[in-house]
Amino acid sequence: MTPPAFSPVGLRLENIDKRYGRLLALRGVSLTIAAGECVVFAGRNGSGKTTLLRIVSQLVRPSRGTLTFSGSGAPGGGESNAIRPGFVAHATMVYDELTAEENLLLFARLQEIAQPEKRVETLLHDVGLSERRGSLVRTFSRGMRQRAAIARALLHEPAVLLLDEPATGLDPQGVTWLAEAIRRLRDSGRTILMSLHGESEISQLGTRAIRLDAGSIAADTRTGATFRSILTFADA
Amino acid sequence: MSLLANTSALLGKELRTEFRSRELLTTTIVFILIVLVLFSFAFNPTSDESRQFASGLLWLALLFASSLMLQPCFLREQNNDTLSALRLSVSDPFAIFLAKLAANTLFLLLAELLLLPLFAVMYNVPVVPVLHWLLLVFFLASLGISIAGTALSAISAQARMRELLLPLLLLPLLTPILVVSAEVTRSLLDREPFVRWKGIGFIGVFDVVFLTALWLFGEYLLEE
Repeated sequence: MTPPAFSPVGLRLENIDKRYGRLLALRGVSLTIAAGECVVFAGRNGSGKTTLLRIVSQLVRPSRGTLTFSGSGAPGGGESNAIRPGFVAHATMVYDELTAEENLLLFARLQEIAQPEKRVETLLHDVGLSERRGSLVRTFSRGMRQRAAIARALLHEPAVLLLDEPATGLDPQGVTWLAEAIRRLRDSGRTILMSLHGESEISQLGTRAIRLDAGSIAADTRTGATFRSILTFADA
Repeated sequence: MSLLANTSALLGKELRTEFRSRELLTTTIVFILIVLVLFSFAFNPTSDESRQFASGLLWLALLFASSLMLQPCFLREQNNDTLSALRLSVSDPFAIFLAKLAANTLFLLLAELLLLPLFAVMYNVPVVPVLHWLLLVFFLASLGISIAGTALSAISAQARMRELLLPLLLLPLLTPILVVSAEVTRSLLDREPFVRWKGIGFIGVFDVVFLTALWLFGEYLLEE
């Protein structure tokens, strides 16, 4: 990956609730994540992982509580909520009817990135899509779509990267490529939050594991044995 | 400045994807064509009758076709969750609406222009002498339909009965546009054509009011 052009950013969630009608998807989640941490969120379907990531991405407003980004990369070098994380969701978030290059150029222009053509060129190279830049995304395999999705999320050099079940549907080769890409992003100093199901090459990249259960934090650790138990839903 | 730049980038995307797939335009044109042909078979109109009711039939066909055309406007942003990507990228969410309603207006106008000669022949109404006035009515009414339709498409895309909801919300809301546009068009197709300025003014006011409402509240329509 290209050398980073960002400053580290951490984040703090305080008493976050999210309610969808009668369903309380998140209840009282409080969490501080330091700049440069790679946090793995585990939990059963419906435990609130995706909702939490979408709140951090600022696509979803919490019903209660606050989200604050902090660190030298935050505006003014202090605390702010004006940070735009990069988000790789379960869906690819790119247009099937556009080529990989057209997709990236569109989002680069929307984000008012300086020299969009150059940035897109670099990213296409970084994710290994240079040769297929002119192909429609609908002709791509799942792995190639995921590469395009990651390139889109990295367009604005985000200091915080959110990955919602990024390995879903990938073959073993795709998982290996993704793990390597995430490792580089982590090593570049980005703060990474990702939701995963079970242990994998990707989960091993985490420096901290948090288990969500029915919208609350059930476990939070940085140490080996407990870390593994969180990912496998076993008792620590 | 960024609103205009974002809108122009998104409009380019809307036009490119549509001209690549041609889904909306083809469906809309074929639908209007079928309705106009069926009406002409059902009524076998003489010229005098045509002048009376052809404009109403035309606007009914356009209205039903637009409800078909507007349906996928936000629905297809859900396929790959591209709406979230847009929301994360634009500085002003109004750009998303502006681009979509501009594209919808263009598609509707294109369909209307392509079908107008056919309408004139089938219903035996002279459109050439009043073509510039007809174009003005088409433009203002298509804009109104697109503004309201784009807003309602954003609402219905998040609902459970999404395919049914849009026509149920859109058609009653656009009744004033239907009635007034049909009246203005009828007066233009009259033996002694005249311009109903009040009607044109009404459609213009409708457009401004709904566009302002969309600008003020559009952001909330996109929230999850």
